Amino acid sequence: MIFVIDLLAATLRNATPLVYGTVGETYAERSGVLNLGIEGTMYAGAFAGFATAWATGSLLLGLLAAIVVGLAAGAVMALMTVTFGANQHVSGIGLTIGLIGLSEFANRLIFAGGELQRIEPMPILNPFGGLGEISAVFDQYALTWIAFLLIVPAAWWLLQRSSFGLEIRAVGENPEAADAAGVNVARTRYLALMIGGALMAIGGAFFTLALLGSFTLDIIAGRGWVCVALVIFGRWRIGRGVIGALLFSLVFSLQFRLRILPGFGELPFELLLALPYLVVIGALALSGRNVAYPGAYLKPYRRT
Amino acid sequence: MRVSPWSTPLLIVYAILITFAITAGPILIAGANPIEAYGAFVVVPLTSQFTLLEILVSATPIMLTGAAVAVAFRAGYWNIGAEGQLLLGAIAAAGIGTLVGGLHPVIALPIMIVGGALGGAAWALAPALLRIRFGIDEVVTTLLLNPVALLLVNGLLHGPWRDPVTGFPESPRIAASAEFPTLIDRSRLHLGILLALIVVTVAWYVLARTAAGLRLRAAGLSPHGARFAGINVSRTLLGAALVSGAIAGIAGVSEVAGIQNRLTAGLSPGYGYTGIVVATLGTLTMPGVAIAAIFLGDLTVGASSAARSLGIPSQLGAVVQGVLLLTTVALLALRRNRARRPADGSAGSVTGDVAAEGTAG
Repeated sequence: MIFVIDLLAATLRNATPLVYGTVGETYAERSGVLNLGIEGTMYAGAFAGFATAWATGSLLLGLLAAIVVGLAAGAVMALMTVTFGANQHVSGIGLTIGLIGLSEFANRLIFAGGELQRIEPMPILNPFGGLGEISAVFDQYALTWIAFLLIVPAAWWLLQRSSFGLEIRAVGENPEAADAAGVNVARTRYLALMIGGALMAIGGAFFTLALLGSFTLDIIAGRGWVCVALVIFGRWRIGRGVIGALLFSLVFSLQFRLRILPGFGELPFELLLALPYLVVIGALALSGRNVAYPGAYLKPYRRT
Repeated sequence: MRVSPWSTPLLIVYAILITFAITAGPILIAGANPIEAYGAFVVVPLTSQFTLLEILVSATPIMLTGAAVAVAFRAGYWNIGAEGQLLLGAIAAAGIGTLVGGLHPVIALPIMIVGGALGGAAWALAPALLRIRFGIDEVVTTLLLNPVALLLVNGLLHGPWRDPVTGFPESPRIAASAEFPTLIDRSRLHLGILLALIVVTVAWYVLARTAAGLRLRAAGLSPHGARFAGINVSRTLLGAALVSGAIAGIAGVSEVAGIQNRLTAGLSPGYGYTGIVVATLGTLTMPGVAIAAIFLGDLTVGASSAARSLGIPSQLGAVVQGVLLLTTVALLALRRNRARRPADGSAGSVTGDVAAEGTAG
């Protein structure tokens, strides 16, 4: 029982950055832009959040710094792909390389390779404290509560029910028609990419401000790429993407716990860790030709 | 004849200058003089024999991954998985390298190189089949196989291949006959650079001078047009993907046999992704790839020497690479917009951007 409760708590915790990243990437892709800058944006969010919180002693300022960095990263991606109409894959990879480089450059300058600096990470909250043993599942960081109770429903409502969300989906599906209907395609894509970038950066900052309380190299370790996969796994739907993030996190948390049990020590856990990636590729293969990519996916828009 | 201000070589020079202007910011923050810093990055490595050879050592893996990426991109196949394909080539080389101790190097080395190429090609196979059979975007599948390949490396190093004596996560050293010979005494320059130059030359010849190369370029410029002209686009894409994976696999062989002599977790600091920078900077042409790889090799050697002499963190090298990639694709896109061609299948692709000038090499 303890094992299950612990596993569920870890699943929610480890899913948190993936939820931010997946929702952020969903916004970018629904507007018609594949943002492969996500890995670098999460990395830069993790670093900027940590460095600011370390320098000011305020977690809130750290979070704000991460958001500002995320907005800026989204704006650069929009400048490249919307204003210049440059290739989306290459722009995203360039953004990721540049942001990881910039974060490590600043890390080296500020912390000079000395001993690992730490901050006091955000406390764990439990609004369901009185439920006995099971309430341990709800021992979670504020950023986890915000992700599941605020960001996910709000992001869903904004995308599916608001007129702004309709504009995002319209410019991602058929920018010519949206333009003819009076939607400012460039402005909508800029906003979608910047909102998405801010969410990705918060996802990265979750590692430094909540989970670890410190910044280490390779801290994102490919989780941005996982989010890109989860968006497709969820067929560009926020709800399904979140379910994908929870499933990925469940497998991740499970292998981590099995590893320390007697008798499991010799199993090749790297293979289990690879499973979620392979599941996404397998799911893509099974859905085959039915994968309904956004209509304007990967296409720059120019008035003719 | 007046040279167009939008010609490809000039465009790349602009990209480099704009990049240097942008990265002057971080250099100033680091408390160094940007002019002096660029001198240290670009010029200083050219001034001694040791650093000149080190430039070629650094250029070797990224010339191969750059060629791998360029071959795929030219076909309109977005292989972002050169990193994983390189690692599979490295695994194959580390495995074969321990088994060929009894053979003469003239036999052992080709076996290892072919094995690594097959490993890389095998890793590229599944995304290519998914693309041509089901139309599944290869960007995501090739990308996702990169962390899987890294997990495979770590699984081997923490499991069956862990060094039995030291317990370090390093595979056993490959046989002496499987090590690439060094080309010049007291340097690290090894056979890999010749291999890279041969690959680039052959790829140039195939792309520019053969029917297969013409089919590949046609598929990249306009899949519909190519199909209309009777080209089997699916088979062409499959071929491009496998050749791309094989070349990336050879990069892995080169690092194992020429530098590390074993499989290690830190074998590739992102050579597969740097390959995208090299291919784009080289505007997807093979001579361009060779020059871009040597230029980035120069920057890499320069970044580590500038770290020592000027106190600029060597991570600036990665910043320069990222910004350079962004400025290059941005300028290529601006040139295309300027040409005001109607939107077609090649819009927004590097392939189309390069072709906008009419370069066919």
